Amino acid sequence: MTTIRESRSDKLFLIINYVYLLLALVVVLYPLVYIISASISNPKLVSSGEMWLFPKGLTLDGYKLVFDNPKIWIGYRNTIFYTVIGTLLNLAVTLPAAYALSRSDFVGRHFFMGMFLVTMFFSGGLIPTYLLVKNLGLINSVGALILPVAASVWNIIVARTFFQSTIPKELQEAAHVDGCTNIRLFLKIVLPLSSPIIAVMALFYGVGHWNSYFPSLIYLNDDMKYPLQMVLRQILVLQEMSAETTGAAISGDIAQAMANKAEIAALVRYAVIIVSTLPVIAVYPFLQRYFVQGVMIGSVKG
Amino acid sequence: MRKNGRVQPGNLGSPTQSLGRRMLKNWELYLFMTPALLYFLIFHYGPMYGIQIAFKNFTPVKGITGSPWVGFDHFERFFNSYYFWDLLWNTLSLSFYELAIGFPLPIILALAFNEIRNGGFKKTVQTVTYAPHFISMVVMAGMIITFLSPSSGIIIRMIEAFGINAPDFLSDPRWFKTVYVISGVWQSTGWGTIIYLAALAGVDPQLHEAAIMDGASRFKRVLHINLPTIIPTITILLILNMGNVLGVGYEKVLLLQNNLNMESSDVISTFVYRSGLVSAQYSFSTAVGLFNSVINAIMLIAVNRIAKRTSDTSLW
Repeated sequence: MTTIRESRSDKLFLIINYVYLLLALVVVLYPLVYIISASISNPKLVSSGEMWLFPKGLTLDGYKLVFDNPKIWIGYRNTIFYTVIGTLLNLAVTLPAAYALSRSDFVGRHFFMGMFLVTMFFSGGLIPTYLLVKNLGLINSVGALILPVAASVWNIIVARTFFQSTIPKELQEAAHVDGCTNIRLFLKIVLPLSSPIIAVMALFYGVGHWNSYFPSLIYLNDDMKYPLQMVLRQILVLQEMSAETTGAAISGDIAQAMANKAEIAALVRYAVIIVSTLPVIAVYPFLQRYFVQGVMIGSVKG
Repeated sequence: MRKNGRVQPGNLGSPTQSLGRRMLKNWELYLFMTPALLYFLIFHYGPMYGIQIAFKNFTPVKGITGSPWVGFDHFERFFNSYYFWDLLWNTLSLSFYELAIGFPLPIILALAFNEIRNGGFKKTVQTVTYAPHFISMVVMAGMIITFLSPSSGIIIRMIEAFGINAPDFLSDPRWFKTVYVISGVWQSTGWGTIIYLAALAGVDPQLHEAAIMDGASRFKRVLHINLPTIIPTITILLILNMGNVLGVGYEKVLLLQNNLNMESSDVISTFVYRSGLVSAQYSFSTAVGLFNSVINAIMLIAVNRIAKRTSDTSLW
């Protein structure tokens, strides 16, 4: 844009704009900082309100209790397992379909796309889906968590748009002239050129699996199979603070040091939020542009 | 490759080829479609077939097809129940409350982002405001419960620091919707800007140059150039949102719901969950869910038609 002397009203506008953005920054950042600080502060100072920004009375007891808790470890292990298997399935279903739909010489692509789009606006609903999963004998199995969410229409559209705009038609034509089959073309030429969209898809689906709790709530009935989010639900929402959930260590030295059970509970809550959210939040700034790209590709066509 | 102008580049099959031959030529693409096709048929169209139990008295022993038809009995029971209007009101008011507060904010924030140059500050604010999008519902609910805890919550402490007696946000039904909406704003406003920023990137710089020549202030230019540019995006998102007015999801409500705030927190989707999966009234809750889906579909079609008539933008 041309650089022209800013008038006074423009300056005022810019200042208000900056103040507004600064306000947004503080409002969003504060709760995040508070949780980090609270997780390593003396719980007495947290509940009394003395600790309100920076950590006070440093302690790592919260994390000790979290890491001593076998339930959290099992939840972690299950979540990693479900996320990896689920995301691989998502990619295996989404990418080939999206590629086929991106080909203008694919007879019937409008029919298939229409068939998928209908499901975005009308669904069978919770109960018929539940009965279907039950009839398929998937209750209490990994299948119930990953099969009903094996693909999303939105992500198929995003991947299709990517293939349409980045894989040159000439490439496909040349490959066909050379006698290359579609399968070879997809595996040897298209996929290697598509690492950005594979990353975006893996991230979108992966975060979805990591954060999901509802399918586990309705389809799993064995504690040992619970993902992390279900363990978190017990600790954070239902606030079950039995010895089992807070960890056996309560009977040990830490419990002696902290007489108040409610304080231990609060400390564990902050620590558990950090421990469960950290993997996602920590990698996110590095992958931010992929996520943003994904939303943008989708919005161009959407 | 091209024999005449009608053939698109990349379309290998010549128009003289029969449909069957063109299909056969790319038979592997159907193989590529198979997993997705099976998935949508089984897990999306399968449940649609199951919707018929809304008109039947479903018992697991008799199965979906074997259970006896009862017509609209379940719908009548739902419409005549004492909680019907409460559920409808809670769902609609929560939805419109969320729309009224949560819809304009990402637009304003995106316009504000767009006014400052790319640099450290802009990047920082963007990274931070996008981050809550990745926090799970369970953790979000945990944060809300912890921050609003009557004895020690930091938000309660802050309100009390001003000498105001803080209400009990989580157990007072009058506060449930506000807590739901405000926490939603905190979590999703930043992420919501991305789609508008993409649209704002398409603003023609020449328009701005011409406006500057004519002495238009920054604010005027935002209002008369940037905002009109993203109106189509706003319209599309508004249509999609309106098509989902009864679609308040159970995931978050369920986590924040308790016996004390039930009178304002019970929405159609949580009711379906409770009556269907907790009390196993399969047919009845399927009927309630179907009512919900049908209203949503009607809203979507209606709003899309209005948008088509009043502006050039519509979904189809």
